[in-house]
This record gives sequence, C-alpha cells and structure tokens, in this order.
Amino acid sequence: MTVTALLFASYADVLGREAVEMSLPAGATAADALAWLRALPGGDALPPAPLLAVNLEYARAGTVLHSGDELAVIPPVAGG
Amino acid sequence: MRAAIVHGAIDVAALLAEVASASHGATVLFIGTVRDVNDERAVTGIDYTAYVPMAEREMQRILREAAERFDTDAAVVEHRTGHLELGDASVAIAVAHARRAQAYAASRYILEALKQRVPIWKREAYADGTREWVAQQGAMTAHQD
Repeated sequence: MTVTALLFASYADVLGREAVEMSLPAGATAADALAWLRALPGGDALPPAPLLAVNLEYARAGTVLHSGDELAVIPPVAGG
Repeated sequence: MRAAIVHGAIDVAALLAEVASASHGATVLFIGTVRDVNDERAVTGIDYTAYVPMAEREMQRILREAAERFDTDAAVVEHRTGHLELGDASVAIAVAHARRAQAYAASRYILEALKQRVPIWKREAYADGTREWVAQQGAMTAHQD
C-alpha cells in the first residue's frame, strides 16, 4: 500500500524533502513508517520517537496505516 | 469561532469586529509579535511555517475547548506564516464575553494550547547571519493521551 509521509521544518531539512511516497506492507503501523523514513539518507537525524499525525490527527506509533493515509512527522512545535 | 493560518498581515480590527456583540462587557485582544531577542541572541526576523490543514483543525479544536470551559464561542484566532520582521504580529486572538474574567481566561487558554500543540514552526534569523529552527519551551514532544 502507498502512504504519503510529510516532513516539516528541521525534519524536512535533514531529509532534503517535504513529502515522500512510501510503499509499505499491509498492516504497517506509524512506527513502521517511521523506521522506513529513518532508513533514508539523512533519516537517522530524525528522533526515534517524534510526534506523529495520521490524516491530520495526532497518532500513536502503533496506529495501523491504510493505503492513501497521510502520515506527518511533527517536529517540536513553536507557534505563537 | 474561527481559526485560520494567514499569509499576510493580521487585521486585528477585523478580529475585534468579528467577536463584537452588545451582550459582551469585555473583549480581550492578544497580539504576539516578533521580538528582537530570544535566548540572549539578537533576532532580526522569523520565518513561520505550518502544516496548514492540521494547524487550522487543531486551533478550531482549541476554540471549542475554550468555548466549553469558559462559556463563550465569541473567539477568533489567526496565526501568520511566511517571513515576519521585528514587531510584526505572528498571532492574534480576540475573545469576547459578558464578563472580563472569562474573556481573559479564554484568551490565555487559547494561546497556551496553541503554543503547546498546534503544528507551527519558526526559524529565527540572527544578527550574525545564522538561522535556526527553534523549539517551544514546554511544547508537546511525544503524544499525550
């Protein structure tokens, strides 16, 4: 299945891109997607347990993903 | 209630007009502006970026929470993205209520929740020419259920 990962701010900088299409096995979790991203060049700069969001909602690492989902890796926020 | 990420200057008079009602005895307007120093470093400007659809959804949720806690749905928040100069407004919150205590409390609740969990980031530019992504003190860093 295909899941889109979105990267922001410092995380987009270390991976050199803001979005990446991931091909994951059925039943993959947000944690599996994170491991996939961390295996990319520069991906080891991502923290082991960053904030994650699935389809615009904060999500746990164990959240099961579905084809077409949007997984966001969220750096520490700094609004205000 | 309305929450928006905006790309141009925030029109605070429009926000005040949006929450105005003859039934309100108090209106609180909070404006967050770009400061010339952070953590003892001279700041020359800030670039803000956001995960826009999630930021707007999360800010809307915060407004609903404030409405329940403080009994007012006369609240609006706008956060700006893009390059901001010193003194520019990065965020503005207008809240109105029959009574001032609730208006103050709701305004503060909205801002503190925004700073803690709305997916917005800032990269500060410093007088020495360097730039850095800055993390918020006290911001959520792992999911809290």
